[in-house]
Amino acid sequence: MMPKKIKTKPYTATRNACKMCTPLGAALVFHGIEGTIPLLHGSQGCSTYMRRYLISHFREPVDIASSNFSEDTAIFGGGDNLRLAIENVARQYTPEMIGIATTCLSETIGDDVPMILDGMDKKVDPTILVHVSTPSYTGTHVDGFHGAVHAVVERCNPVTEKTTDALKTRKKINVFPGMLSNEDIRHLKEIFTDFSDVRTPIDTQSPDAIKNGIDSYAMGNNTEFTILPDYSERLEGPSWEDYQAIQKGGTPVREIKAMNRATASMEFGSILASTVDQGEKSAGSLLKERFDIPLASLGIPVGVKATDLFFERLEELTATPIPEKYKKQRGRLIDAYVDGNKYVSRQRAVVYGEEDFVVAIAGFLAEVGIIPVLCASGGKSGFLQKALEEILPKNILEQVTVHPGMDFTRMEQTAGALEPDFVIGNSKGYTLSRHLNIPLVRVGFPIHDRIGGPRILHIGYKGAQELFDTIVNTLLQRRQDTSKTGYAYM
Amino acid sequence: METISVLEDRKNQIYRKGQDSFDISCEKKSLAGAVSQRACVFCGSRVVLYPIADALHLIHGPIGCASYTWDIRGALSSGPELHRMSFSTDLSETDIVFGGEKKLEKALFELIEEYEPKAAFVYCTCIVGIIGDDVEAVCKKVAAKVGIPVLPVHSEGFKGTKKDGYKAACDALFKLIELNRKPEKQIPLSINILGEFNIGGETWIIKEYYRRMGIEVVAVMTGDGRVAEVQSAHRACLNVVQCSGSLTYLAKDMEKAYGIPYIRVSYFGIEDTSDALYDVAAFFEDTPKIMERTKTLVQEEVKTILPELSALKKDLTGKRAAIYVGGAFKAFSLIKALKHLGMAVVLVGSQTGNKDDYALLREMCDPGTVILDDANPLELAKYVMEKDAHLFIGGVKERPIAYKLGIGFCDHNHERKIPLVGFEGMENFAREVHETVTSPVWDLVPRKAFNRAISKKG
Repeated sequence: MMPKKIKTKPYTATRNACKMCTPLGAALVFHGIEGTIPLLHGSQGCSTYMRRYLISHFREPVDIASSNFSEDTAIFGGGDNLRLAIENVARQYTPEMIGIATTCLSETIGDDVPMILDGMDKKVDPTILVHVSTPSYTGTHVDGFHGAVHAVVERCNPVTEKTTDALKTRKKINVFPGMLSNEDIRHLKEIFTDFSDVRTPIDTQSPDAIKNGIDSYAMGNNTEFTILPDYSERLEGPSWEDYQAIQKGGTPVREIKAMNRATASMEFGSILASTVDQGEKSAGSLLKERFDIPLASLGIPVGVKATDLFFERLEELTATPIPEKYKKQRGRLIDAYVDGNKYVSRQRAVVYGEEDFVVAIAGFLAEVGIIPVLCASGGKSGFLQKALEEILPKNILEQVTVHPGMDFTRMEQTAGALEPDFVIGNSKGYTLSRHLNIPLVRVGFPIHDRIGGPRILHIGYKGAQELFDTIVNTLLQRRQDTSKTGYAYM
Repeated sequence: METISVLEDRKNQIYRKGQDSFDISCEKKSLAGAVSQRACVFCGSRVVLYPIADALHLIHGPIGCASYTWDIRGALSSGPELHRMSFSTDLSETDIVFGGEKKLEKALFELIEEYEPKAAFVYCTCIVGIIGDDVEAVCKKVAAKVGIPVLPVHSEGFKGTKKDGYKAACDALFKLIELNRKPEKQIPLSINILGEFNIGGETWIIKEYYRRMGIEVVAVMTGDGRVAEVQSAHRACLNVVQCSGSLTYLAKDMEKAYGIPYIRVSYFGIEDTSDALYDVAAFFEDTPKIMERTKTLVQEEVKTILPELSALKKDLTGKRAAIYVGGAFKAFSLIKALKHLGMAVVLVGSQTGNKDDYALLREMCDPGTVILDDANPLELAKYVMEKDAHLFIGGVKERPIAYKLGIGFCDHNHERKIPLVGFEGMENFAREVHETVTSPVWDLVPRKAFNRAISKKG
């Protein structure tokens, strides 16, 4: 419902949050690792609510175990429950890994999870136990996501391996894509696979290559890759012929263990990169620190410019030229931008979601002439403004209102005055778009009110093509719907 | 064929009719590490109170509990829609350290000023109990200043099961009634409807039946609910309780405090809906006209839907169904409704059933039927495969299990958009079951492969 009075002063309560809590991101990451079961250390409700939330997006089974706190547990500590839960998960699923994420409850009572886990490894051997601290009162689901990726990489790549493995061949590239869709992950895999089919390595002695330090490790084509996490198969598999306790797919644990021998790491997310600059750890920064693996940090490749950057880095890292297929995709995309330019130019959009995603989408919108008049996120890393300043041209930036730490109610109140033409973001903006009576272009996570959310492609030239077509067609449909006479051509 | 093993500690929560002595274990905390389909205390409170549309629902805790329950079920309102807003104190690290009372108080004042609710519920989540916020005191203070009821709901997630959440919600409802109670006269020929949440418009169907019978509905708790109606509930002659006891606590409290008797009913299926209406009519036996009208109503309604039901039954006869629902009471009705459609129930289970419920289920089921308490995805998958079900009735968490195994699905939980109660609800239910069971997509899924594997295993 529309509030009667519009308030602009600071508001204490959060109304219709534009974020989820930390453990959800961690649970999703663990579903992207082969043979892994997430286990939340807290109340039963946390697991069940997050399962339900994820199931509604992926439309797949998403098992999340719980240590199932009771009153006694809260008073005397969760050690016994967690140990019992681990043993039961190990017995019932025989997983390769159990990903243990904390909740606000276990964090607040001060459970020392590493201490509780001490000795448990041996008990459930060969199951690997990974622990990530995800108190729900800090950050958002995205922090839980990055935290879990970091925790897994750290656990699987202890520093001692550096010396023993130093002489082995380095070939692979580690890819940490962040919270992308299944289709995005599949597209990434396709891109890397296509690169490996290219037979002509680029000149590693070129000034560019030398400048980027490629000569030190490039031994011909380095096109093998490990993407972490990869839930694209596990959370979108075929109908089962046989029961699967843990669905097939996910990044193999042995590949994660080999990450310390990669030629380079690639990590998406300009906000993530900024937090790393401030001293926070990411999976990529950890590998760089521990094993001197070069890290390429870049924004999520949405739109031509961001994707160009991505392919440039890929050419350098793999010492392989961009496959013809992608040059063609790029050509078609720009031609489509031209064909549709008039329908999108000067249109005004409200963009919301997790911060890195907002930055990427805003960059894409700006390059086709759409003004992202309001860029909002429930997250408040402190870097949203800066990241947008870096990606948006000055003339556009002047017209953009940036709001980190914003909820949907404030967004709705702020957006009204900005006269937006459409809204772009996850399903949770439905209420806002309905109240503002403008269309919603669904992207990101979660998509709860449509089928096929996990199949939305955002990244690469192909992703930009699909986004562009969707946006143009949404605007055209709007024109048709609001036209007095209607028309069947344009 | 992968063998699915059942955890040793879970074995006495599974019963197979005709095979062993009946001593199902239930009403237990879920086993740590088993992926229970249950939620928590907070969830129980939230589902019960949520449909009260002109109340403020503020969730006191970190953001998750509010995010995951924002506008996730129908709970349709014919008027205000304040309940569809998700309000949270969104506690951060500093609040955890220094306490959340001030934030809660400030949030309440601001929200009440802006949205002008008729009452406010403050849901305590897990950590509120741990950090020691005196929510009761904050609520009292705010209530005194703003002049509306501000009620704490003691729904800390870990303090029991979903059932304890129902109880906490009932306590809040009872307090709400008590706050307003004046020596008002009882309303003749009147009832309260309890345990009906208007997910897909059910409340309106049921109310219309009672209107036709000549009975006044004082309050529905809580479908399409309003604070003022709830506060008049003590003036009704009878409480008619639906659902497996989520509101039974309240009915008992009201019986004790105001002498209002209660009966338990179900509005799912022809038999149970008719029984419900007849039971209510029988209560008002001093007004025989009510029973006459009820008979006419039932006859008319049944006559309207029978032709279609018979047509649908032709395709459904002999098909096998699995049921896994929150409360066992719903399962009773579903078994009857499915029998009406010619279908056999091969698995039935609930999250929160008690010993009596399971005893009754055992009586109602055919030999070989598997009965489960607080099942997990592995067990559900194991038994629906073993029983080769054509249909699974459950909620959103059961849907992917059914679909992955190539089994039709009917949502009988929060996410449904079509009313399934009463006579027209039975028709909707039959249509939905028919749509999914007879879909041609099952011919394309590889289900038959594992069916063969199962039969080989014996």
